[in-house]
Amino acid sequence: MPFVVCMLLIAIGLFTLLVRRNLIKLVIGITIIENGVNLFLVSLGYVRNAVAPIYTYAPPGASRMVFPTPQALTLTAIVIGLATTALMLAFVVVIYRHQGTLDGGKIRELKG
Amino acid sequence: MVTHAPVLAIVIPLLGAFALPLWGKLRRELRDLWAIVVGVFTLVVALVVAVKVLGGGEVWVYTLGAASPAAAVVQGGFPIRIVLEVDALSAFMGVIALLAGIVGLVYTLQFLREEEGKTLAMSLYLLLWAGILGLVYTGDLFNFFVFFEITSIAACGLIGYRTWESRPPEAAFKTMVMYTLGGLLVLLAVGILYGEYDALNIAYISSKVTGGLLDRIALGLLLGGLLMKAGAVPAHMWAPDAYGEAPPSATILLVVNTQAAIYGLSRVVFTLFGGVLATPGVGWLIAAFGVLTIVVAALMALVQKDLGRLIAFGAVSQLGYMLLGLGVGAASLMTGAGFGQVALRGGIFHMINDAATVGLLFLLVGVVQRAAGTKELSRLGGLGHVLKAEGGLFLLGSLALAGIPPLNGFASKILIYESSFHLSPILAVLAILSSILLLAVVLRAFHSVFLGPKPSVLHVERTQWGTILAMGTLALVIVVFGLFPGFFVKHLVDPAVQALWAGRADYLAAVLGG
Repeated sequence: MPFVVCMLLIAIGLFTLLVRRNLIKLVIGITIIENGVNLFLVSLGYVRNAVAPIYTYAPPGASRMVFPTPQALTLTAIVIGLATTALMLAFVVVIYRHQGTLDGGKIRELKG
Repeated sequence: MVTHAPVLAIVIPLLGAFALPLWGKLRRELRDLWAIVVGVFTLVVALVVAVKVLGGGEVWVYTLGAASPAAAVVQGGFPIRIVLEVDALSAFMGVIALLAGIVGLVYTLQFLREEEGKTLAMSLYLLLWAGILGLVYTGDLFNFFVFFEITSIAACGLIGYRTWESRPPEAAFKTMVMYTLGGLLVLLAVGILYGEYDALNIAYISSKVTGGLLDRIALGLLLGGLLMKAGAVPAHMWAPDAYGEAPPSATILLVVNTQAAIYGLSRVVFTLFGGVLATPGVGWLIAAFGVLTIVVAALMALVQKDLGRLIAFGAVSQLGYMLLGLGVGAASLMTGAGFGQVALRGGIFHMINDAATVGLLFLLVGVVQRAAGTKELSRLGGLGHVLKAEGGLFLLGSLALAGIPPLNGFASKILIYESSFHLSPILAVLAILSSILLLAVVLRAFHSVFLGPKPSVLHVERTQWGTILAMGTLALVIVVFGLFPGFFVKHLVDPAVQALWAGRADYLAAVLGG
């Protein structure tokens, strides 16, 4: 079930990228895909009835621990995603200052 | 020091990149000196890696976070640590990154002016360099994604940092959207593979991979993401913008960045899925993308009015030749046909030739723009009267780009023509025709930029010695590789070809043992 949600998010994001012209909405589309992928990564690490992989905090009766790698991957991916989103939004701000519009159809100074 | 060379080759430019603005705050001379020191140290450690791997014929595994760099796996052959794994192909890519990186750095030091944001450009340049070296050295899929994103962010920063102009940020935004989307596809594939095999180590996954439906989906996602980053034709729209708008000193490294994506592609196809690639379909797909890229980019170059964009489409079309070589190689991997090896040799040899040729042309575009104040072909002309040496270099680069003997472009393209003809004559015919078209295009560009009457209002600026030195080095590579291709193929290219063609078992054994 969580995988279906992830794929749905990715599909929504791709759809946004294809049909929207507004630059901010393109960034939103990318972010939605990113969240879908991150959700996919973190849900890979889910184990039923398992505890967090911190040895000293585990309750005495706990028999299973989750593997920490997917969570570490997701954290890294989130941080990288933050950097890319910030950079993209910065470019959008600069483009808006120069051209006074966010419509991707009107901006195309670079063509061909 | 020597035992840690692979990781130092990534750490030194990374540290250099972040420390460089601090030196810039103190004094500009210190900053330049720092850049030179970082460049020299990176050169030394990466050369150590290249000599040991290419000369010794071994696969160098370096494990991070272990007491001994050799201990990558726990009992039972399960890898738990992050590894750098340098085989001959990685070392070869490292050599390309070094050549381009050092030449670009020398050019940057003298060419860029302070008011063009020199500190920013140099800092991002070193970051991109570190990212490329990491991308080609890593033996871990997640790290592959991380370095993929480091190169993306650094490259887009480099393209668009001149926020006071209107076009660079636009090109950077376009590029960023494509790179990020490609990166996310790669990450999704990494997630799928992790979910299946509980590991991120390339060698380990490769030893377990079964070729089921999920594996095929992962392969498709990886191919898609990497082709986007490489700028193959359906996803090439960012490339001419980026090459055209980035500072000329950085473009040479951007070209190597796309080649790193091709490296990733070959690593995925030949190593990661090399054991289950039962049909030639994937190879055919890559070869088809390659031919499409060659033809479409050559046609697009024909109609360009801007010198930078014209050369940029030439660069995109060169990328198609590498894809064609790799694709033909992959298509014949299962049958073991000898021409597949020739195709790989051509494709891999073409990478270093392309870095030199296209790099030289982009550096010259920078010089032309500086001298004449414009890149528009209609307003350029007669520069040959004042920029004599530059005109000669441009002619040399153009001929090499079009693959005219005895220059290096011919040496690698002939191998690709020969071998793709065996797979399907149509591939070879299209590739040759596009090459001829490209010759016409670049000669027209040469004619309209350097020939013609001497322009009356020309504010000429002397080209500095560092710029000449950088361009001269690349010209030397073009001529020497063209005259003695046998020597370089034997010592530089063939180990890399063997690493792809027959080296998968060695690559796996280097990490997993036995």
